[in-house]
Amino acid sequence: MKWLSAFLVSMLLAAVGPVQAQTQLTFYYPIAVGGPLTKVIDGYARQFEQENPGIKVNPIYAGNYDDTRIKALAALKAGQSAPLSVLYSIDLYELIEQDVIVPWDDVTTTPDDKAWLKAFYPALMMNGTYKGKVYGIPFQRSTIVLYWNKEAFKEAGLDPDRPPANWTEMAQMASKLVKKDASGNVTRWGVMVPSTGYPYWMFQAFARQNGQDLMNREGNATNYAHPDVIAALQYWRDLGVKHKVMPEGTVEWGTLRQAFTEGKTAMMWHTTGNLTAVKDTAKFPFGVAMLPASKQRGSPTGGGNFYLFKKTTPEERKAALAFVKWITAPERAADWSMATGYVGTRSDAYATPKLKEYAAAFPPAVVARDQFEFATPELSTFQTGRVRKLLDDAIQATLTGQKSPADALNAAQAEADKLLKSYR
Amino acid sequence: MKHVYGWLLLTPAAILLIGFTHYPAIATLVDSFFSTGTVVRPSRFVGFDNYAALLDDPIFWQVLGNNAWFALGTIPTAIAIALVMALWVNEKLPARALVRMAYFTPTVLPMIAVANLWLFFYTPQIGMLDQVGALFGAPSHNWLGDPNLVLPATMVMVVWKEAGFFMIFYLAALQNLPPELQEAAKIEGASRWYFFRRVTFPLLMPTTLFVLVNATINSFKLVDHLFILTKGGPDNASSLLLYYVYQVAFSFFDTGYAATLTVVLLVLLALLAVVQFLLIEKRVHYR
Repeated sequence: MKWLSAFLVSMLLAAVGPVQAQTQLTFYYPIAVGGPLTKVIDGYARQFEQENPGIKVNPIYAGNYDDTRIKALAALKAGQSAPLSVLYSIDLYELIEQDVIVPWDDVTTTPDDKAWLKAFYPALMMNGTYKGKVYGIPFQRSTIVLYWNKEAFKEAGLDPDRPPANWTEMAQMASKLVKKDASGNVTRWGVMVPSTGYPYWMFQAFARQNGQDLMNREGNATNYAHPDVIAALQYWRDLGVKHKVMPEGTVEWGTLRQAFTEGKTAMMWHTTGNLTAVKDTAKFPFGVAMLPASKQRGSPTGGGNFYLFKKTTPEERKAALAFVKWITAPERAADWSMATGYVGTRSDAYATPKLKEYAAAFPPAVVARDQFEFATPELSTFQTGRVRKLLDDAIQATLTGQKSPADALNAAQAEADKLLKSYR
Repeated sequence: MKHVYGWLLLTPAAILLIGFTHYPAIATLVDSFFSTGTVVRPSRFVGFDNYAALLDDPIFWQVLGNNAWFALGTIPTAIAIALVMALWVNEKLPARALVRMAYFTPTVLPMIAVANLWLFFYTPQIGMLDQVGALFGAPSHNWLGDPNLVLPATMVMVVWKEAGFFMIFYLAALQNLPPELQEAAKIEGASRWYFFRRVTFPLLMPTTLFVLVNATINSFKLVDHLFILTKGGPDNASSLLLYYVYQVAFSFFDTGYAATLTVVLLVLLALLAVVQFLLIEKRVHYR
């Protein structure tokens, strides 16, 4: 199909007119066309162009993370250049294996540039670093937090300003929060943790809290079958079966926010990306807290990073660096965080007057930042799609009562070992 | 000269067919004999290795089984409901156009929109099903979170969506039946059920065959709802063959294995179509 895309591109170029003496900076961005964030991104692009004549920024809105990765890679294969792209932070190993990205260390030459690479929260750099080199610059990043319904807490005789600090407390408080009707049917659950869509992500939090990470830094080994990991899955299962504070079976990611804002669960674990939406729809006072601890606190990070593609001219690389430095500057990072609910990617963003003021009026905005201290990178390995699905299936098989946590996780670990053996 | 003219007329359609149907199908078949290449390990010829891996893949067998149940659950139900609805709206009813439109509406909606609607029907507690159930004191069900309920739940939705579409074909066929037959049957004193069983239904056989072929293809082709409702979960309980192909190709990037799965899917559909046409064609036309 190469000839066809070449043909289409030449048609397109012919329509645009003579090529200007400008550096074109095309980048793929994972959001549906016309979504609310396109305006923000378009605004940044125009502002950057004004401040940097000679560089033309063309964001291409390409759907969700999977779609964007597919489109960006397809464009590369077809010979079109997109020097830059925001892709899923956990696509790192896949992109390295395909040999399509270069580390940012290759283009950062001045001391100023080098300092910029070190400006971000270390927790956010872990998913973007491989063998000591930085491939992913954090941009739209999130983490998991606990939302709680203060009204329900009051009703159950709990202190509405004190969320559970550890697993035991969460189970105890949740069982007080469960409400049943006359015929014994539950009308409000104590806590819900979503287990569709991204079960591995939620489970990383449980595992980390129990002292374990699920993969190594080289991305070639998983740690699914450690006794503490199995115990973590047992606790998740027990919330439904033993403590009876969460529905049995899986809990849907997509409708959980409504369940919380409709008062059908008193607590939920969810991404910070939902913060603004919950704030807008909840008719009761709610709080946002760090996830509870077992041996320690913990939560994985998630979201998208800026990657620099290999097939680029020196001018494009320079323009890409200038743009990414500009868009991740403290003021922009603060602005972006307020507009979206994503976390500010660097500490100096939280020192800007704008964000300070916002956080003073709306304290939940900084909970995610405070939790970075306990953060772990999102699950990402070589063969990442398969390795992740093994864990997803094991979690769902456990939560639906088809397998015991030990059986499910041991089997997943054995399969993951088979897949990753050749990368060691 | 005439030949050239004929070929010229065929060319536009032929280019599209070859470019978007035949070439991809053959390329898929070829790909299924190669391993998936990366920059580090380029693609190489592996013969039937991908097919051997397929036989060993428990998820493949699970999604194939799911697909069989899905087909068995949706096809006869959708056809039966379509036929009943068509017979009903073919009568002289008050507000007939409105009833017909109501039955046809689900077909007009895109599957993604339908799935988003049904996601809220099925959501425990806040969903419509549970809210209605609660009025009668029924406990809340985790429809999509229970491996035993999830596949039937998606089947109900697909039947709801498909039946109206098939109804249109039956309705068109019913309106082509000569009214004399009904009059003759009345004079002979045949009951309505007897008339349906011995006259209407046999006359509708060609339509039934057409609908059957379409329903079968759809039961393998319709997976859009999985993206919204379950992502194939919990633990692959609602996953279907085509959705698994998508996961292998675009989430695992294993193009070789995805091609192998696609070949299996194509062969399966081709076989089903041949069987349907050959076996049923013989008894389809009323004599």
